[in-house]
Amino acid sequence: MNDHAPHADHAHEHPDWKQYKWVALWLTLITVVEVWIYYTSFKDSPYFIPVLLVLSATKFAIVVLMYMHLKYDHKLFKALFTGPLIIAVCTLLALYALLGHQAVPQ
Amino acid sequence: MATTAATPTFAPSTTYGQTGIWSWITTVDHKRIGALYLYTALFFFMFGGLEAGMIRWQLAQPNQHIVSAELYNQLFTMHGTTMIFLAVMPLSAAFFNFLIPLQIGARDVAFPRLNAFSYWIYVLGGIFMTLPIFFNSAPNGGWFGYAPLTTLPFASGLNIDFWVMGLQILGISSLAAAFNFITTIINMRAPGMTLMRMPVFTWMSFVVQFLLVLAFPVITIALVFLLFDRFFGTNFYEIAAGADPLLWQHLFWVFGHPEVYILILPAFGLVSEILPTFSRKPLFGYNVVIYSGMMIGFLGFGVWAHHMFAVGMGATADTVFALTTMLIGIPTGVKIFNWIATMWGGQIRFAAPMKFAIGLIALFTIGGISGVMHSSPPADLQQTDTYFVVAHFHYVLFGGSIMGIFGGIYFYFPKITGRYMSEKLGTWHFWSTFIAMNLTFFPMHFSGMLGMPRRIYTYDAGQGWDTFNLISSVGTLLLILATLIFVFNFLTSRKNGAVAPGDAWGAGTLEWSIPSPPPDYNFAEIPVVTSRYPLWDLKHPERTAGIAHSAPDPMTITDAHATPVHEETGHKTAAELGIPMPFNTVKPAIAALAIVMMFGGLLFMHTGKFAVAMTITIGSACLFVGTLYAWLTSPLE
Amino acid sequence: MASAVAHEEVHEHTHYTTTGLDNRKVAIWAFIGSECMLFMSLISTYLVYKGKSIVGPFPHEAWTSPDGHVFKPILNIPVTTQSTFVLLMSSLVMVLALAAVENRGKPGYAGTLLGNSKLWLAATAALGATFLGYQAFEFTSFVHEGLTIHTNLFGSSFFTLTGFHGAHVTAGVLWLLTLLSIDIKRGLTPKDALLVDICALYWHFVDVVWIAIFTLVYLIK
Repeated sequence: MNDHAPHADHAHEHPDWKQYKWVALWLTLITVVEVWIYYTSFKDSPYFIPVLLVLSATKFAIVVLMYMHLKYDHKLFKALFTGPLIIAVCTLLALYALLGHQAVPQ
Repeated sequence: MATTAATPTFAPSTTYGQTGIWSWITTVDHKRIGALYLYTALFFFMFGGLEAGMIRWQLAQPNQHIVSAELYNQLFTMHGTTMIFLAVMPLSAAFFNFLIPLQIGARDVAFPRLNAFSYWIYVLGGIFMTLPIFFNSAPNGGWFGYAPLTTLPFASGLNIDFWVMGLQILGISSLAAAFNFITTIINMRAPGMTLMRMPVFTWMSFVVQFLLVLAFPVITIALVFLLFDRFFGTNFYEIAAGADPLLWQHLFWVFGHPEVYILILPAFGLVSEILPTFSRKPLFGYNVVIYSGMMIGFLGFGVWAHHMFAVGMGATADTVFALTTMLIGIPTGVKIFNWIATMWGGQIRFAAPMKFAIGLIALFTIGGISGVMHSSPPADLQQTDTYFVVAHFHYVLFGGSIMGIFGGIYFYFPKITGRYMSEKLGTWHFWSTFIAMNLTFFPMHFSGMLGMPRRIYTYDAGQGWDTFNLISSVGTLLLILATLIFVFNFLTSRKNGAVAPGDAWGAGTLEWSIPSPPPDYNFAEIPVVTSRYPLWDLKHPERTAGIAHSAPDPMTITDAHATPVHEETGHKTAAELGIPMPFNTVKPAIAALAIVMMFGGLLFMHTGKFAVAMTITIGSACLFVGTLYAWLTSPLE
Repeated sequence: MASAVAHEEVHEHTHYTTTGLDNRKVAIWAFIGSECMLFMSLISTYLVYKGKSIVGPFPHEAWTSPDGHVFKPILNIPVTTQSTFVLLMSSLVMVLALAAVENRGKPGYAGTLLGNSKLWLAATAALGATFLGYQAFEFTSFVHEGLTIHTNLFGSSFFTLTGFHGAHVTAGVLWLLTLLSIDIKRGLTPKDALLVDICALYWHFVDVVWIAIFTLVYLIK
């Protein structure tokens, strides 16, 4: 008996069309909220950026977990993605801390 | 066309032992590709050595003018670039290619044509970057190419253009190979070979592939920024536009530091195969060695700014990177102890590979000590940009990587060619290299401490540096002679060496269970593995009595051909065994050529020939796309 | 190609894998890992250079040049919101395309809109192309308003970052069109699902990078 891709992949549950619709709906909703708060006075609050980052991270996670079905796939793929993602995020934060000084006054 | 999107079809191989140049240009066999890497890389190693020879000739005495300052800049730039990207990395790649499938019990890598592509783009990229020196246009900004010094206002001329594009080309080679080996190691291990039963060389290589995957994209972008600044007038390194003078340095070293672990870990892996074999006992603390390797890989991304202690990052940044750098010394040091403990109580046989492995332990330790000295920012302020650093990295790169690679070559030469290298010449090679290496690089600790800066093409007498420089230059001459002994040994042993059996050294891993040289299909029957040293289980069970064994998990045995570990001595063809072999194809070589031509075409923009540039670049891009399409739609086997 | 048919039958027995997963799927995830670092470098540079351009135009503020020309803030949030939405929807139809191929012939899919893989593949490519259209519009209008890749740090980092992303989208659209043409010519069967899956993973990742870019470049000042 041999392993071929379709056979192994289907050993897990699959989100179906209805779940995908919900995912799309949530993505749209979150985007609407993001743009909405951009146009309100909330954008001057110190919480604006953290909230925006959380909202975007949520969209990121939803697409990766559901559309790229990382949630349902073999854990190897989770490892192959999370490792680089962690290193990328940490490096970005480090570079920002090292190089992102006060903006030049205009 | 009906089968293009489904899994490819195959036809059994009709020839065994292909001959002729065309068979080499179209090969997709990992063993042949490994051999190609080995020969090409050894050539570039010697070329880089000649560049070093000229450097040391110039520096042998004060105030010489054997070469001009301008040529000197090209020499030290190309020496570094050649040694790192065209010699050491491809030498490691030679071993990745040849060895990984054999060690894990596979018949080839996951993507054989991509594998061939990686080689061809390396060789063409290497030629692209090396030819300019004959026209006095070689890269001249150091192997690290700091911008803004390498931007157009300060570096007009084609030198840096060759460097930027050459490195981009070589990066493609490494990245493609990394995807290939990651997939191979994850997915093509023999039944029963869990990750923690893989040979250490394969493990270290596995870590290296991840370092490549994560580090090369960063230098790719740094180079893109430099390319765009030089060709399209962007402002990434343009200080007048507000650019940060440190952007290049940070991006480069985010790549550059993992790069040095890319350079050393394969040699560590080779040594970890050689030491148990010639101590006739298993590696001490396998788990620890593996976890240390993983830690080095991971932490390696957190230490990069120790190359920048002198730029003024501030006390916090300096401290953080000093701490992470000191931390990474721990897993590295741990390996040294594991290797020593492997030899302790063993029945040592001082064959040539063993000499080089022990040489690595001694010399890398010295290099590691100077490395730890650099990790303290106050101390580093004196050491940085002096010959003290040159001493450090040559001890770890020559004393470490090169010694390990030489050991690996002596060790695996019988497997690759079916003949042993001369043990006598090997001994001469080892001792002359060991002595010459120390003669060359040890004095640099002193001249560095006395303040001799790096990259200067002459120096005045009477600063206390003269004798040290002279000794280093004499040492370099001896190193060249020592290397010639090796080259002579290598070339003559292919025809005259003593014939070697499959199990040439009494080692314990799978690659030694097949004939030397292996047949094109590697394993007639894929073995099932029950411990880390499957061949010792078979032939020297007393050596593996103390390590973990298990019955193979029946769930992992799905290939009907899997059998217990056995020595293969027969020479049936793949056709006789019913093993499908991939077709030879020239498409990877053409795709590689197309990419190199794309970059080459851009160069014409800097000679004022815009139309020529566009024609060549766009034409080559079309060639690339067409070749890629043909490649993807044709069956592998 | 009668021989091809015979070969397919003979082929089935080899290619044992350690994990039971297809090599190409493992490779695409490794590739995606490298793309994380690629885009991280581009995004980091953009963020590091934010607010440091010496001359305008600027992303979120107006600027008056020394010779008196007034430049309004360059970024157009309403338009980019639309293109973002387009790309997000393209991920939805991509997922439907994969489902259609995987479930070809099954009840609930055969003969229904849901099972029409050509439709969903074409829709993904079309939405991707629409996104590129928006990008082209955006780039040309920025140039028209005085921001080019050489104008300042913002121009250089913005066009390079979004340009690289756009190039990735373009490659994805070409990939989708290739799959579509195979689907039209001979039909994609469940055996081909892996190829669509790999394209889908690439496509979603490109979408996910845009999610990051939209927030970090457009919405955060």
